[in-house]
Amino acid sequence: MTTTAGTDVYLPFEDAIERYEPIFGIETHVELGTRSKMWCGCSTAFGAEANTHVCPVCLGLPGSMPVVNRTAVESTIRIGLALNCTIADWCRFARKNYFYPDMPKDYQISQYDEPLCFDGYLDVTVATEDGPTVVRVEIERVHMEEDTGKLTHAGGSTGRIHGADYSLVDYNRAGIPLIEIVTKPVLGTGALAPEVARAYVSELRDVMRALGVSDVRMEEGSMRCDVNLSLNRPGDGWGTRSETKNVNSLRSVERAVRSEIQRQASVLDSGGRVVQETRHFNEDTGRSTSGRSKEQAEDYRYFPEPDLMPVAPDREWVEQLRAGLPELPSVKRARLMGEWQISEFELQTLANAGAIDLVEATIAIGVEPSAARKWWTGELLRVANDRGLELESLKVTPADIKHVEQLIAGGALNDKLARQVFEGLIAGEGAVDEIVAKRGLAVVSDDGALLAAIDEALAAQPDVAEKIRSGKVQAAGAIVGAVMKATRGQADAAKVRSLLLERLGVDEQ
Amino acid sequence: MSDLIRQPAAVLAAAIASREVTAVEVTQAHLDRITTVDEQVHAFLHVTTESALAQARSVDLRIAAGEQLGPLAGVPLALKDVLAMKGEPTTAGSRILEGWRPPYDSTVVERLRAADIVILGKTNMDEFAMGSSTEHSAYGPTHNPWDLDRIPGGSGGGSAAALAAFEAPLAIGTDTGGSIRQPASVTGTVGVKPTYGGVSRYGQIALASSLDQPGPCARTVLDTALLHAAIGGHDPMDSTSIDAPVPGVVEAARRADVQGMRIGVVKELGGDGYQAGVAQRYAEALEVLQGLGAEIVEVSCPHMEYALGAYYLILPSEASSNLARFDGMRYGLRAGDDGQRSVEQVMSITREAGFGSEVKRRIILGTYALSSGYYDAYYAQAQRIRTLITRDFDAAFAKVDVLVSPTAPTTAFRLGEKLDDPIAMYLNDVATIPVNLAGICAMSLPVGLAPEDGLPVGFQIMAPAMADERLYLAGAALEAALVDEWGHHLIEEAPAL
Repeated sequence: MTTTAGTDVYLPFEDAIERYEPIFGIETHVELGTRSKMWCGCSTAFGAEANTHVCPVCLGLPGSMPVVNRTAVESTIRIGLALNCTIADWCRFARKNYFYPDMPKDYQISQYDEPLCFDGYLDVTVATEDGPTVVRVEIERVHMEEDTGKLTHAGGSTGRIHGADYSLVDYNRAGIPLIEIVTKPVLGTGALAPEVARAYVSELRDVMRALGVSDVRMEEGSMRCDVNLSLNRPGDGWGTRSETKNVNSLRSVERAVRSEIQRQASVLDSGGRVVQETRHFNEDTGRSTSGRSKEQAEDYRYFPEPDLMPVAPDREWVEQLRAGLPELPSVKRARLMGEWQISEFELQTLANAGAIDLVEATIAIGVEPSAARKWWTGELLRVANDRGLELESLKVTPADIKHVEQLIAGGALNDKLARQVFEGLIAGEGAVDEIVAKRGLAVVSDDGALLAAIDEALAAQPDVAEKIRSGKVQAAGAIVGAVMKATRGQADAAKVRSLLLERLGVDEQ
Repeated sequence: MSDLIRQPAAVLAAAIASREVTAVEVTQAHLDRITTVDEQVHAFLHVTTESALAQARSVDLRIAAGEQLGPLAGVPLALKDVLAMKGEPTTAGSRILEGWRPPYDSTVVERLRAADIVILGKTNMDEFAMGSSTEHSAYGPTHNPWDLDRIPGGSGGGSAAALAAFEAPLAIGTDTGGSIRQPASVTGTVGVKPTYGGVSRYGQIALASSLDQPGPCARTVLDTALLHAAIGGHDPMDSTSIDAPVPGVVEAARRADVQGMRIGVVKELGGDGYQAGVAQRYAEALEVLQGLGAEIVEVSCPHMEYALGAYYLILPSEASSNLARFDGMRYGLRAGDDGQRSVEQVMSITREAGFGSEVKRRIILGTYALSSGYYDAYYAQAQRIRTLITRDFDAAFAKVDVLVSPTAPTTAFRLGEKLDDPIAMYLNDVATIPVNLAGICAMSLPVGLAPEDGLPVGFQIMAPAMADERLYLAGAALEAALVDEWGHHLIEEAPAL
């Protein structure tokens, strides 16, 4: 039996990797954070009422003409430089022709065979059993283009254009400067492919953020990834690739690569053939579904955009931009390893968690490095992962961490209570002080109350009390635990312990 | 002042400025003329009576208040319907844009308003400027005022006919392969295709972006120059606009001097295929120029013979993309939207219903030429020819100051004569197309009537990019000598309507 689509039960990842070699490439679209659009003066602000940030140019009205946004060109060159690319002496825009209602002109102004930046690389680090490993992801090109409008399909069950009762178009997004960063095929990563893919997108995002060229919010769509992937049996030629779209979080990048490896391996294992197609990644299921087939490749009839002059960046300008590049994430990490006295592995953990900037910002306002790292990569990262969120989208700020740390230092909170404060912050219950007050979180420091609780615990467990009296101090833990339970965690365990020993007249050993 | 409609723009402007006549009187006279003759000529698709009179009143008020206005203030103008004019119908001669009113002014219109030139209305044209006869207008053909059974040229036949019928002393055209010059040629009027980038294209509904160029039309060389100066110059809204001052076209038109000028006759643009009367008047004009002190030399531009072929690949390719936006989704015609059909079906039905046959022919040609696997053989190859033609012109202009040729191979042909033969229609532009491919500038002006049919013959002058003033220097000198010889402008010989 042969199948061409896929099977419901995927081959386990380990088996897939044993039999096939994954080759992947990632296309990333990044909306630049320029104030105005790519070809006109309209605002790029997110979230405005539909079709209010529009003009004859971005609506593609008959007769209107584009004018290149110089800041967008500058941002693209800076991205190219940060990704170790060659910057073209001369390049042109091209028209990509296809009909779609979200495209005001029914062609997209993009770049085709003359990208502004090309032949670069980005080194990413992933954890392996042998320690951190650096993988060089080669960059094919970085080019400029314009975003399309946004379609909303009403009615129908799929939320897709086919089957919808009607569709609405918002052209506010049309003409927002977009850059596309395309990797060369990434080979030889084997079982690490999902981690490498995630680390690449994470590193790329950090580079964008360091450059300040985009807010790179994957959940708002200002950074979007498409994953191309194929499998081949070692020794065979390259397999047929699929393109998975809608991969819109770091976690999804990893999951999409992993599940696509499993899916294609299952197809190949059952004697089927991988179809060249576009697939849509579903965040809920962690799997992709088949989109349109690309067997008959669409002909975009590219040709040089005659309404725009070629872009010929002055060499002096390029060098100025190169000199003005900020500290890039990889350099910054090397510096932070020294400053924070942590291993590359620990730092990579922070980086992969998207926590470096948050930790740095937290330290910058006076929190101890170890405490800053502890909160972000411990409790907060756990919650973020549980909920499938990015760390930065939790409603916790560096200032909150500082506040909580101050409360701990002053003895008003302990770590356990602090976790409850963060839980409250994430749940949107208000500011730190409000949560402390509302939830009644406070370390019980009244000796009388603690002694009463200790006496009660001793009375309940006379045998334990006897053991302690006889010198078995390690048995004190059971009483301390009971007191902590009785005070619902709101006591300082060390203090309880010393009060207990004092009460029983036993010395700490 | 009598006979307001027959006066040159420069004369009218002076009379208005000196309050000999009012702008309202001048405007009204032209509106009346349109009412009288346009039923026969059909130069206009839409007359903007109210806004024209309002503009004229404003001019009169400001002149009365002692304000100094521009050199064409209060003079009426006919605007080709391919240029966006805020709030007024703008169809580009197509059914697909019926009812669309642009929410913005093209740069040309902005500059006309700034110069206080009174816009009378929108003139007829071949659909999306595709054609040489105005017969491809979705709204019916325009008739040549010299002979109502003949074509007024195209695509800007409406603008040229409006001038020849004394419905307006000034007009705006757009020239992609001859759409200003060929209509000027067959109507006995003057038209200039400025250097590419000399006049902003912003707001001109694009046919072929790398070839399109708006330009001035009038009945005299000086009027054309005055209008050229009013609309020309850098526009930040058009990236292909030249960032340099407008060449001194008005001074050149006033100087009118060819003494010592080297004039090159393009060997490849003449001879076989040119009507006898056209060849004759062309030769006589060369003698006149020689008599005025110009040196006439023959030059060769060997790649001209490939111009038409290259043009009919580049133009349809760009047009196929430029016309994609007419899909019924946002403005203009939407056909077949019954609530059941898919978006692709509605787009397809709309384009089927909204575009005429010539437009469809060129969209298909262009789509094919840009297709993967054919691009190199067609579009890329055509661009190479374009480079060779540009080099031909460069080499020629190294030897001479201007080049000349007949504007069109024939005088105005009969309506319907070439409608079923696209190639014969395309051949009309054989002498004008190379200019657009090279991005240089050119003028057509009348040099007499062909003896065999009594219809106007056009003379083309070509100059290097950014040297538009040379057109006016030579054109005005030739015009002055001919007017001297005839005792009047040629247009005075047009039959009464």
